[in-house]
Amino acid sequence: MSAAILEVSGVVKRFGGFTALDGVDFTVAPGERVGLIGPNGSGKSTLVNCIAGTLRNEEGRIRFEGRDIHAYPAHRRIRLGLARSFQIPKPFASMSVLDNLCVPLLYAAKGGEARRAADEAHGILRQVGLEEKAHAMSGGLTQVDMRKLELARAMAAKPKLLISDEAMAGLSTSEVDDILALLMGLKAQGVAVIMIEHVMRAVMKFSERIAVLVAGRKIADGDPQTVVGTPEVVKAYLGE
Amino acid sequence: MSNGKFAVVAIAVAIAFAAASQLVPNEYFFTAAYVVLQFVILATAWNILGGYTGYVNFGSAAFFAIGAYSTVVLYNAAKAPLLVMIVAGTLVAGLLGLGLGYLTLRLRGVFFAIASLALAVVLYTFIVNWDYVGGARGAYVLQPREVPFGLPRYIHLLYIVLVLQAAVALVVARAIEKSTIGRGLAAIRDDELAAECSGVPTLRLKIFSATVSGALMGMAGTTFPFYLSYIEPSSAFGLSYAVNSIAMPLIGGMMSWVGPLIGAVLLGSVQQLVQVTISSAWNLLIVGVLLVLFVTLAPNGIMGWVDAWRRRRDRR
Amino acid sequence: MEASTALVINAIIAGLLLGGFYAAVSVGISISFGMLDVVNIAHPAFIILGSYVAYFVNDRFGFDPILVSVVLSPLFFALGMALYRIYYVCFEKRGQESLRGLAFFFGILFITEVALVLVFGVDYRLVSTAYGEVTWRAGDIDFPMRLVVPFFVSVAMVVGVQLFLTHTFFGRAVLAVAQDQLALRLMGVNPVRVKERAFALSIATAGVAGAFLIVIQPVQPSIGREYIGLVFAVCVLGGMGSIWGTLIGALVLGLAESFTSTFFGPSWAPAVSFGLLLATLAFRPTGLLGR
Repeated sequence: MSAAILEVSGVVKRFGGFTALDGVDFTVAPGERVGLIGPNGSGKSTLVNCIAGTLRNEEGRIRFEGRDIHAYPAHRRIRLGLARSFQIPKPFASMSVLDNLCVPLLYAAKGGEARRAADEAHGILRQVGLEEKAHAMSGGLTQVDMRKLELARAMAAKPKLLISDEAMAGLSTSEVDDILALLMGLKAQGVAVIMIEHVMRAVMKFSERIAVLVAGRKIADGDPQTVVGTPEVVKAYLGE
Repeated sequence: MSNGKFAVVAIAVAIAFAAASQLVPNEYFFTAAYVVLQFVILATAWNILGGYTGYVNFGSAAFFAIGAYSTVVLYNAAKAPLLVMIVAGTLVAGLLGLGLGYLTLRLRGVFFAIASLALAVVLYTFIVNWDYVGGARGAYVLQPREVPFGLPRYIHLLYIVLVLQAAVALVVARAIEKSTIGRGLAAIRDDELAAECSGVPTLRLKIFSATVSGALMGMAGTTFPFYLSYIEPSSAFGLSYAVNSIAMPLIGGMMSWVGPLIGAVLLGSVQQLVQVTISSAWNLLIVGVLLVLFVTLAPNGIMGWVDAWRRRRDRR
Repeated sequence: MEASTALVINAIIAGLLLGGFYAAVSVGISISFGMLDVVNIAHPAFIILGSYVAYFVNDRFGFDPILVSVVLSPLFFALGMALYRIYYVCFEKRGQESLRGLAFFFGILFITEVALVLVFGVDYRLVSTAYGEVTWRAGDIDFPMRLVVPFFVSVAMVVGVQLFLTHTFFGRAVLAVAQDQLALRLMGVNPVRVKERAFALSIATAGVAGAFLIVIQPVQPSIGREYIGLVFAVCVLGGMGSIWGTLIGALVLGLAESFTSTFFGPSWAPAVSFGLLLATLAFRPTGLLGR
């Protein structure tokens, strides 16, 4: 069994008097497709932020490829290969779609020459289906294109682990399938993916394993069919 | 155009301006042009941290003044050559930018802006209380009797120095803008959190930006004591520097090196006219009103209009 | 009483009295910046405007400046509403608050100062009040009325604002908007209206505080800029958005300035507030009472 690429152990995060994460353990194997689900407010985004480095957890350890990354700022974590997309897309609005990708290519992926970065950016845009919009201003894209750009930017960092934070929220069925195909394709590149979603059919199709977070605690972790059948999970979503 | 080529062009244009100036019969040209060139440097420098990185500096006067007062110190201590004074002032101002940046750029942009304002006042108070540089009474920094290079008057030399300084500032600004660092700064400006999560070392780049910006603003101040052979704190820390270094890039356009140049030349020349014909108080009022009008109605400035027109033309 | 003890006690008294006044001057920023997240660095401009309005009426008609400012406070309220409207339409709605909003308010500050110079000139202006020259003495300890009266009305105003925020529906709406705008909308309250009026309140307090200022000392247009550091220092020291914090921060600042002025000379006083602000931002940005 290969060593885990991400190991989260006993992570606690508090906001004043409110405990958002109450001792969460979570691992991801290299190339694995993991779904992370849970009701709103259960702490999923907080967990993502702690892993990515935009928030600091008070207790617990986070290891990436065996290395303790607690002291690493976010920009260093992504350079190690830990990428994330944002739930609400945050494009670099003054730049074109192409230039948006050049930033992570140059900084996270250590892409060297700016000229080569542009070529690589085109490649990624082709992969996500945004190539025709390469020179469009990123501020004026449609919702689904913005989500694709978010993911493309995370992919441009050449990550080993990519966290997709509710990229499908509010999209139509065909748009969801677009994003799903995109994320499935990452497996071929050996990229592990954590998918945080509410669109259950996408989560079921995508995940090799599902973890469930409720009120800051992980209540289930395992085979998708088994997990969604567990009484605690059903109760969490549907009530008593 | 590569950075090297642009530098050559800039220096060539500067030399051309320098040479052509000798044909101008009106002596007033030099005193007025000196002020406009000061603004070109200040606006360009401010924009590196302001337009490129998205952090507003309200304390431009502090950096300008520290460049001026380091000249005073070197003049009083050793009558150092002009070039030494310029380099020293630039370095000291850069250190100030580094210090301020290191202390306050970890915080939100608004706190940096307020801290920069605080810096100007604190520095002003120190200078006013420091007798070695003349305190509130001011200091005399006499122009040398012998004007180098056979120029007719010392103000001509100051003008030429400033033209070269302006060229340097523009070359530096453009080089940063087009470089990888420039992309990183733009990312910070557009969305600092997303930039950090895209691998941009935001704090490091912001501090770099503040250091370079501060250094260039200090450079603009290094020759100022010689301008009137006299300097005192209220003119070195003048309100005009604070408002113009913000208004000029805003009106000209903050996205590239061209905007501050246009803003400084246009607004600076207008101000020279108004100051002479009406009064300096009305002059400042006009600048303030233009600032507010542009920031509410035309936030991308003149270059913004040009870009919009270009895009409309390309679409046809 | 020993001369040096008297000196220290007088410095403390002056510091506390001044501190109360500083709280009045800064309570508006606690609202606009601390609660509404609007970086109104033009706040001091409205203080100075208040000073000049009070001066003008006092000079023409002889009315007490503080009374005048309270009576005229609705004017400042209206001005604040108009200003927020412009700010909201041009900046907050477009999501460009930070840089452009700052530049906008800086422009407003600047225009106000220069306009005052054009109308009134750069000479110091002062008011004549019934109590301005009176100083109550207890042995070697001085209680100058020009400090005492503004102190009491300042504290009254600050306490009034705090009570308003915690005990009226609108006040609690303001506190709510600072925390969760969406929830407010879901309760049927329009957050923009709330913010607009809260901002107007902050400007009204500035206008009234301006009258306090001119009772304490003569004013000239450039004083506004010195107060920027002061109001933000008080706000940051007090932990942003807490009215009690503002009061404590103001008292701390008042004492610091008073001691600096007494023992190092008044020319160092401007550096105190700004220096304290810089130090707080650099080393303890959550304020003295911060989490």
